[in-house]
Amino acid sequence: MRSYIQAHVWAAYLRNMVQVQGVQFQYGEEGPRMTFPDFSCQPGDRMLLLGQSGTGKTTLLHLLCGMLKAQAGILNVAGQDLRAASDREIDNWRGQALGVVFQRAHFVQSLTIQENLALPHQLTQGRVPSEVLDRMGSMLDRLGIAHRAEARPHELSVGEQQRASIARALLHKPQVVFADEPTSALDDHNAAAVMDILDREAAEATLVVVTHDQRLKDRYPHCVTLSPNQA
Amino acid sequence: MKLSLHYQAWRNLRAKPLQTALSLALLGFGVGMVSLMLLTEKQVNDAFERNIKDIDLVLGAKGSPLQLILANVYHIDAPTGNINQRAAEKVLKHPYIDSGIPLAYGDNHEGYRIVGTEHSYVAHYGATLAEGQLWAAPYEVTAGARVAENLGLHVGDTFFSAHGLKDQTDIHTNKTFTVVGILEPSGSVVDQLLLTPMESIWYVHMEDGEVLDPEKREITAMLLKKRNPLAVLTIPNTLRDTNMQVALPAIEVNRMTQQFGLGTSALRAIAMLIMALSFASIFISVLDNIRARRHELALMRTMGGTPGTLYRLLLLEGGLLSVAGTVLGLVLSRVGMTVLSQVVEAQFHYDVAAMGILGSEWALAGAAILVGLLASAIPARRSLRLDISRTLSEA
Repeated sequence: MRSYIQAHVWAAYLRNMVQVQGVQFQYGEEGPRMTFPDFSCQPGDRMLLLGQSGTGKTTLLHLLCGMLKAQAGILNVAGQDLRAASDREIDNWRGQALGVVFQRAHFVQSLTIQENLALPHQLTQGRVPSEVLDRMGSMLDRLGIAHRAEARPHELSVGEQQRASIARALLHKPQVVFADEPTSALDDHNAAAVMDILDREAAEATLVVVTHDQRLKDRYPHCVTLSPNQA
Repeated sequence: MKLSLHYQAWRNLRAKPLQTALSLALLGFGVGMVSLMLLTEKQVNDAFERNIKDIDLVLGAKGSPLQLILANVYHIDAPTGNINQRAAEKVLKHPYIDSGIPLAYGDNHEGYRIVGTEHSYVAHYGATLAEGQLWAAPYEVTAGARVAENLGLHVGDTFFSAHGLKDQTDIHTNKTFTVVGILEPSGSVVDQLLLTPMESIWYVHMEDGEVLDPEKREITAMLLKKRNPLAVLTIPNTLRDTNMQVALPAIEVNRMTQQFGLGTSALRAIAMLIMALSFASIFISVLDNIRARRHELALMRTMGGTPGTLYRLLLLEGGLLSVAGTVLGLVLSRVGMTVLSQVVEAQFHYDVAAMGILGSEWALAGAAILVGLLASAIPARRSLRLDISRTLSEA
């Protein structure tokens, strides 16, 4: 399975890391039919998916993460054809090829921060390799939260939780990182600091930021704007 | 780093200590009560069956037949009175009667009964000597293993008897009993008795120089073995005009256990109710976990966790609760058994402290764990249908 995924990842490098073409989605039988703009990303690209509330940003993000299934179009992410893959393939692919930074940092509250960070490896590989622990130590150090490794999530400040959330999304070296509204509740200074961290830590990955925050438009020239009439 | 599903389940349970403790306590008490009842029933039934061994009828003074059995077979009640030895020997000579063992008692030493009898009583229960010899002359005593151990008796020790079956106030200081032998443990009533010739019992209550008329000698009871099954029907008729009766141990014990049965059935019903509540508690606990932790579960799906992984995690939490609650119950029942055995030991000198796990307890434990797993498996199915997108959008 792993070699299968690696082969697909290599193929994606040769093509696009993210490819959205003619994608349509509808919630249930009665919901409005949503059409999304076509776009693609090359490996290592930084890209902004910009849109106000109600433009289908979250729906598109969930489609890109394989949490929802598109009814029409081409949707390829990190070598995975998300319309053709089975649920089981998507579960495994999501854990290995994707990193997701959520708007609100979610954690398993009963586990410590370092256990939360190691969880994707445990869930996809059934173990946590020692090199991951080494990488985790240096990453937490760079993010300034190494001293919080043994703490429970609720013991961290909101800022610390956000940095821990970024570390978790990147620790397993995903091909594509999706960040959902990473700066929505931050002032200019903190927003820039968070985006600096994301850019730095996800340097080897393709980064797609889904946001309504216009401040990020200057930072990422590659921008796709979602309009209300598409949703 | 330890991060297996077992570890995660354990950490999730620890994160909700009150809920976990409530589920554990309920299951522990339920399993503990049923287990304690199983242990007690087994011990009591074993003790009754061991001591009833080949005793078909008990001949004694008229009164409660059950009291006659409890007093003379198990030595846990006062006797119904005395009967004339000659009259009892006439019954022994009945063609339907094979053999009999006379018993005479009414005194004790430190709460242990001093029983006048014949060597056949020891042979009947298969007891053997650990040291010394069986009694041969009046005031010689062969001590049961438990009496000797508890009172620290050795061959050559002497003591005075006290009037009554437990009382230590009226002590016969004019007659000295000497221990001439100690029996090996036999697991029967003999272990808790001080055995002596019948004459010891008669002589200890006589003044110096007094001569007892052989026609007036009394015994407490005679344990009879029948030769012919018709003895059960015939012998009571022959005793109609006397102060004697015969009681059937098997029937009386059966009647008593049926009466106990009403009480134990009620207790068992209460224990089952507590167990049912504990399973409901596990059910609610897992259901509540799914509701409260739905964002965590959805998050785990985004990190590569499959629906099966989440299901197994929730099932493990219920399973761990069930196993821990069942083990707690078995431990509690042993604690209860230890307390109970101390009471029974102090009151009746019976040892009921058996700590091994009974076959029925294995079945109880298996059933408790299985139902506990079912109680968590049903709500855990919700995790299989978890809508990740909607759940994360709600956050």
